[in-house]
Amino acid sequence: MNLPVTLSLALASLWHRRGVLALVTLTLTLSVTLLLGVQYVRTEVRQAFSNTISGTDLIVGARSGQLNLLLYSVFHMGDATNNIKWQSYQSLRKDPRIEWTVPISLGDSYRGYRVVGTNESYLDHFRYGDGHALSFTKGHWFADTFEVVLGADVARKLNHKVPEEIVLSHGTGRVSFMNHDAHPFRISGILKATGTPVDQAVYVSLEGLEAIHIGWESGVAIPGQTVSSEKARALELTPKSITAALVGIERKVMTFQVQRQINQSDLEPLTAILPGVALNELWRILGQFERTLLGITGFVVVTSLIGLVAVLLALQAQRRQEINILRAVGASPRLIGSLYVLECTLLALVSCLLALALGALLITVLGPWLAENYGVVVRLRLLDSTEWLILAAVPVAGLLVGFLPAWRANRKLAQTSGF
Amino acid sequence: MTDAAQVSSAPAITTRDLTYRWPGADLVITYPDITLARGQHLFLQGPSGSGKSTLLSMLCGLASAQAGKLVVMGEDLRALSAGKRDQFRADYLGVIFQQFNLVPYLNTTANVTLPCRLSRRRRQRVTGSPEQEASSLLKALGLEPGDWQRPVTALSVGQQQRVAAARALIGGPSVVLADEPTSALDTDNRDRFLELLLGQAKAQGTSVILVSHDPGLANHFDASISLGAPS
Repeated sequence: MNLPVTLSLALASLWHRRGVLALVTLTLTLSVTLLLGVQYVRTEVRQAFSNTISGTDLIVGARSGQLNLLLYSVFHMGDATNNIKWQSYQSLRKDPRIEWTVPISLGDSYRGYRVVGTNESYLDHFRYGDGHALSFTKGHWFADTFEVVLGADVARKLNHKVPEEIVLSHGTGRVSFMNHDAHPFRISGILKATGTPVDQAVYVSLEGLEAIHIGWESGVAIPGQTVSSEKARALELTPKSITAALVGIERKVMTFQVQRQINQSDLEPLTAILPGVALNELWRILGQFERTLLGITGFVVVTSLIGLVAVLLALQAQRRQEINILRAVGASPRLIGSLYVLECTLLALVSCLLALALGALLITVLGPWLAENYGVVVRLRLLDSTEWLILAAVPVAGLLVGFLPAWRANRKLAQTSGF
Repeated sequence: MTDAAQVSSAPAITTRDLTYRWPGADLVITYPDITLARGQHLFLQGPSGSGKSTLLSMLCGLASAQAGKLVVMGEDLRALSAGKRDQFRADYLGVIFQQFNLVPYLNTTANVTLPCRLSRRRRQRVTGSPEQEASSLLKALGLEPGDWQRPVTALSVGQQQRVAAARALIGGPSVVLADEPTSALDTDNRDRFLELLLGQAKAQGTSVILVSHDPGLANHFDASISLGAPS
């Protein structure tokens, strides 16, 4: 068989039939884009996901499942089952094996964004991605009881600047009817975007949270029992409880020992989780869905390939004369067969190239929009090996299904060739 | 394949007691014996159904005889494998069909040079490049240079048949097999086409076997054979 001749014939033949073939190629292109896109975004999301928190050895909260604790403490999703006593938190701080702790107190919100009560240690110890620390586009970490730091998305979406004043809402609903109107907070700083839930949160001091809840012990403000901001400053504002704590262990080998000890604490029922393990478990659950999605898009590609072969088979009827001529000038049945296989493979290859271009275009155009509206950061990058494999599988599949028209052509040749 | 000495001395075509049977049919066609010297032109005449086209298919190795002897250029075609027959056809034979002779997605020149791309022997036998050879053949067959790069679907039937003739003749094949190549042409065009084809073939020492039901063509040929109606 003569490959250069076959190849040039296949190319000329495809170009000759471009009108009909453009549509099936488009179908295949879209389905390959879908398949590749799902895998690409899957990789990206997983990356972003595992980058959410780093450097923290343990997360400690009230007794609950590790996923629940991870979700509310790191992703600010759902609510804590219970709080942990300030006393328990203090005992963590005193533990010599524990290098640092970061208190986290949740429960309020600002226009749907979670309010995180914490202290300076959050800025010092919270890390994301490859150990990146938080930094500011403007201003500084809160220094006063009534100062607030905004995550990047919060500031951008609500168009807040330093040093505007904002009023927090009681509870975590997107629309709240109970606002802490008496205690406005001044914006002291705005964080740089991180691509993590940090961007969607609002940070205040534990004391600030304590102050605005004086007189709210029953869940609503009782008139006469609340205090003004000025008076509050003079009060003892140490919280009685917090929601969770991030913990850094001095010697990492002690992590499991500390975890076990916290889980068996005498003070109150506590749960300590390893963030990495919990993230993995969460991803395993989410991953089921994504694998299913990938499987479905795989079938979409298979369907498109079948459509492609159907069109090639339909075109075969028009090609009887042409094949007869090629046979007459000495083309072997193998050459005719490889012409069909090659055409199918080339179309699949073209679809893959178009899908790559289309995918790159979509990511460039939709990336910023995704990041802004859904907080999903999808960057343009080179494909990883899995993605190349998926992409390469398409022309290979094209080659395999191309044997169908080739086989049929050869069967017909045996019956009806010649003059 | 065949050694050169054998090819050079053998007649172009020799058949003995050749019979053919359509697959699944009872009818057996028996052909008269043919001996055609090299460079000679043979006219095969017969009514429809007399097996003319089938004989051409057998001569170029696309159909298999049921029995008998079939030797083309010293090569016993019936003894060759299917793959070797394909290569033999590419190397030694040119073919012209009744119509639809051209590959629709190749231009005129590419259609003519096609045999040179499938056969090293044909390519080596052209002086200069296949494209130059195609040009001189097309010119000799009366096609204007303006038509050489046009899509073949834009050519008239008469022009298409001449392109087919150029393709059959390129690279000096030993035998050109033509099946009713003039049936779609008017009388003037028909005679002109035959003159060009046979003249050009003679010039390069190629035998032509032409099949037609029209006995008026016989006077252009060195010999003619009549096939009877199927019995």
